[in-house]
Amino acid sequence: MTDFAQWTKEVGEEIAKENNIVMTPKHWEVIDYIQNEHRNDSPLSIRKIGKSGVVDIKEFYALFPVGPLKTATKIAGVPKPASCI
Amino acid sequence: MANHLHHKLDRKEWLIDIIDERTEHHYQPGYLFLPFDIYTPENIIKNIKDFIPKDVNLLTSGIDKIVGAENNILLENGEQIKYDLLIIATGSKIAPEETEGMKGELWHKSVFDFYTFEGALTLRNKLRDWEGGNLVIHITEMPIKCPVAPLEFAFLADSFFKNKKMRDKVNITYVTPLSGAFTKPRSTAALEHLLAEKNIGIESDFAIAEVNNEHKTIVDYGGKEIAFDLLVTVPTNKGDELMERSGLGDELNFVATNKETLQSKAFENIFVIGDATNVPASKAGSVAHFEAEILTENILHFVNNQPMTAAFDGHANCFIETGNSKALLIDFNYTHEPVEGTFPFAGIGPLGLLKESRMNHWGKLAFRWIYWNMLLKGIPIPFVGANMKTAGKKF
Repeated sequence: MTDFAQWTKEVGEEIAKENNIVMTPKHWEVIDYIQNEHRNDSPLSIRKIGKSGVVDIKEFYALFPVGPLKTATKIAGVPKPASCI
Repeated sequence: MANHLHHKLDRKEWLIDIIDERTEHHYQPGYLFLPFDIYTPENIIKNIKDFIPKDVNLLTSGIDKIVGAENNILLENGEQIKYDLLIIATGSKIAPEETEGMKGELWHKSVFDFYTFEGALTLRNKLRDWEGGNLVIHITEMPIKCPVAPLEFAFLADSFFKNKKMRDKVNITYVTPLSGAFTKPRSTAALEHLLAEKNIGIESDFAIAEVNNEHKTIVDYGGKEIAFDLLVTVPTNKGDELMERSGLGDELNFVATNKETLQSKAFENIFVIGDATNVPASKAGSVAHFEAEILTENILHFVNNQPMTAAFDGHANCFIETGNSKALLIDFNYTHEPVEGTFPFAGIGPLGLLKESRMNHWGKLAFRWIYWNMLLKGIPIPFVGANMKTAGKKF
């Protein structure tokens, strides 16, 4: 998924399956939050997601056990956090 | 900004005040060189008064609060200053207390920052006598100012220990919350080899939860532990607490700012520049410099009730030290990643983009003179425009 404009929930479900994640309403809440931050050009971090009011860090790791930020941004169709180089 | 506007605003109509709680101005890029005895403290610190234009009033004071709704600033001593236009340039700073254990008993003994003068100086003293072990260079979370500095530190450390004939006694590991040391495709392709060549290990996707002072490890939220003898960390970066007190900051105290006009989103007569903004540009000195040119233009339009037409494109231009008297140069913006090419003249250079060279290293060192003698005084760098040029680049 390289173009966020083409993302749909079905695309998100497919990517989740490929990453062995069974999506629940709580998963989708996190995805919504991540997509909103992306629309606002806001950088993401695990600590920020933990303070989002949507999940705390423990819950975030429980929902997306392996590389949570990488996996969640993949499912959300947004670029993973990056630097200038 | 004071120097830019001092030339261009009608002095009969406009008075310019600078409020700064500090009396010294620091050349922050120098903090990278201080730990390795490449720069001295005198290279880095000068008196703020040397750079204030005539007719501009410098007020040395802390600020308690900005009351945007009343165009009012409350100083620490209770005095109030009214403004017609405010520019926030309060920067960003490290907040090690945001990570459990980071400011514990090992702080500035085995756990160091180099993002403050004190941190860089105490680290210098440590490195002078350090006999080797596990050197872990670490980033807590993004955004940080000068995002390439930790990598530069790793490269310079490799050279430092090689020159001291003790590189075999040091294990260097670069630890990042990102997916790699390089996250952009062209940079990855051009530079990834440097890590292997310099024998720098990499641990990625590491989201630090705490520094365990007893075991000398850093631990991430997933339970992974990395042992260190010497930890050089970039803690969480936050904007000034003044932004929180004033209701202007986000959860990291950065101010919501229009990424093109640099006007704050909360109040039309408040503008923001540099690290204090929340725009998606890198927090870098060159960004503040290019923003200054755009912001000057927009303010001149704003005060004359004209539409603000200058748009900042996120332009950044940064030297990256790679050790052994070499550096590379990157030039990029909101929409274009760093690519190979020549700078500032297409085809001619003389500086190569995304390519190691001694010329780039000399450029980085010469930049210190340019900073003190040109940039701070509002003198533009010839041939280097505020917005990024696509000419000379290989996209």
